[in-house]
Amino acid sequence: MVSFLNYLINGLSLGSIYAIIAIGYTMVYGIAKMLNFAHGDVIMVGAYIAFSVITTAKLPPVLGVLAAVFGCMLIGICVEKIAYKPLRHAGSSLAVLITAIGVSYFLQNIALLVFSSNPKMFTPIIPMNMMTIQLGAFRIQTISLVSIAVSILLVLLLVLFINKTRPGQAMLACSQDRGAASLMGISVNGTISLTFAIGSAMAGIAGVLLCSAYPTLSPYTGAMPGIKAFVAAVFGGIGSIPGAMIGGLLLGVIEILGKTYISSQLSDAIVFAVLIVVLLVKPTGLMGRQVQEKV
Amino acid sequence: MKRMKQFASLAITAAMTVGMLSAAVSADDAFKIGAIGPLTGAAANYGTAVINGAQIAVDEINAAGGIGGVQIEYRGEDDELDNEKSINAYNTLKDWGMQILVGPTTSGCSIAVSEKTKADNMFQLTPSGSAKDCTNYDNVFRVCFSDPNQGRASARYIGEHGLAKKVGVIYDSSDVYSSGIFATFKEEAPNQGIEIAVEEAFTADNNVDFSSQLQKCADAGVELIFLPIYYTQAGTILQQAAMMGLQTKWFGCDGLDGMLDMDNFQKELAEGVMLLTPFAADAEDELTQNFVAAYKAAYNVTPNQFAADAYDAVYTIKAAIEKAGVTTDMSISDICEALKTAMTEIEVTGLTGTIVWTADGEPDKDPKAVVIEDGAYVSMQ
Repeated sequence: MVSFLNYLINGLSLGSIYAIIAIGYTMVYGIAKMLNFAHGDVIMVGAYIAFSVITTAKLPPVLGVLAAVFGCMLIGICVEKIAYKPLRHAGSSLAVLITAIGVSYFLQNIALLVFSSNPKMFTPIIPMNMMTIQLGAFRIQTISLVSIAVSILLVLLLVLFINKTRPGQAMLACSQDRGAASLMGISVNGTISLTFAIGSAMAGIAGVLLCSAYPTLSPYTGAMPGIKAFVAAVFGGIGSIPGAMIGGLLLGVIEILGKTYISSQLSDAIVFAVLIVVLLVKPTGLMGRQVQEKV
Repeated sequence: MKRMKQFASLAITAAMTVGMLSAAVSADDAFKIGAIGPLTGAAANYGTAVINGAQIAVDEINAAGGIGGVQIEYRGEDDELDNEKSINAYNTLKDWGMQILVGPTTSGCSIAVSEKTKADNMFQLTPSGSAKDCTNYDNVFRVCFSDPNQGRASARYIGEHGLAKKVGVIYDSSDVYSSGIFATFKEEAPNQGIEIAVEEAFTADNNVDFSSQLQKCADAGVELIFLPIYYTQAGTILQQAAMMGLQTKWFGCDGLDGMLDMDNFQKELAEGVMLLTPFAADAEDELTQNFVAAYKAAYNVTPNQFAADAYDAVYTIKAAIEKAGVTTDMSISDICEALKTAMTEIEVTGLTGTIVWTADGEPDKDPKAVVIEDGAYVSMQ
């Protein structure tokens, strides 16, 4: 029982990181109607920024996290302005998708050039003597609790932001009907930039959490979590923030429990099999809405 | 512009003179030996060690007058731990005029390149390609133990030294090196009274989260965890074990070598980790001492076993060339045929022990183990 709880917490911790990444995917999809496949690599860039600040420049971890958040925000906005915006009216959503894949490779190769492909051991943001918390026979990694807490906090803040502030309302309006929102005087370009900024800032946080829990950092660090988070977003219903949260958490728990109780080799296969089953039963994902095409 | 031309012609004359001079010295013949290994990428520590280790041997041999008076020309190429790039590196070296290949460094690349060397009938001696299939062809030999031998030797070492009765294994099922060692470890374990209580795998796509595997080992109460994997994942595993507060013994094979040189790796995590390796830099024999001193002087780091394997590989080639009486004007294929026969007749005493070879390319030598103490490898008794 005790170890089952341990596995569950490990799963929730992994899942909460997937959730934070998935929210970035889902927000961008909801508002810009595009799949930003470079999102996973923004996480990797965030982790490298944090690594440079904390380990190379020996500054306090708080500064590292802040640098990662603002660095990623900047990258997110630049990528949107330079690579995606000119294609927004290209007519084909395929063009933007291919560009996103290009940006993904671009970021990976830049990281290869700057940091080389030798893996770096990420210095955990939690001090060595506070790594675990002991509760009777039950021992938890502090970083797991931190990841879970941070992801819940971020989702709450985000939901509040979207429902209670004017820029948030503007995002909501753009996600429903971009043309109408524009007619109502909402700056669509500004709103899309804001979406990318928020999504990328969350990717920065995800990068720090990911590398604190799984401390090997290489230019390909973001690729697999990025794909898994994309799966989580689809699983939860792409476009829905609570859906991304639930999709991420479920995916993490399924992955860890599958690894533990079924087979450590097949964990990825199990994850994707569950995705296929869910999509067969409910094609819009767990929390996705069916939008009726009006004829 | 005129000055440029003057300068250019001067430079060309100078170059030609130098060329003629060197031609006069070596009569334009030299044994051209190429080496391949990952100089960048996840296994950069291995490739760098192999290419530098071979360089030390080449420099020593050349300084002592070459092989029967003929100098060695040597060139190393990067393959980034990628099979395709390894073949590209091989083609580059062939264009350069390579006659004998030392490498590639890793098993996967070695197997890929052996298809090419077989087709060209080029003599190939891999210092550290340990997978069983590396020596599938009769033109390929190796210096290191094969994976099956490493797995068997590890089980024997753990059993004979009474390190543990109940062990857990975490291996990479998507990697031929790792699963090869694991298969023979599992075969030999019962003979040594070792119970494999936990048998966990991971794959290349899922190699950052080891919490489940480690938790299972902790739950089963294993005394030792056997890691027949590469150092990048082993480093992650050690760090995650520390984060979980898991205390156990660790035992690995040559793949763990290089861990201490990883960027920002906390060396205290590796304290007490044991690994089966043919070479310990602290060994007191004269050969090792001289090699370590020369390597440190040239590259400013302590050499690992990959460097030692490559060093032995170059001396093995020297011994085989001398035995077979190979000359530089022979064709690549003739050299290969001559060396193949010579390999089974020579006995080389190198850094990694006294080695003899069988015709199927396998070396025969005694296994050694080291333990990491205070951030350095120390020979185990």
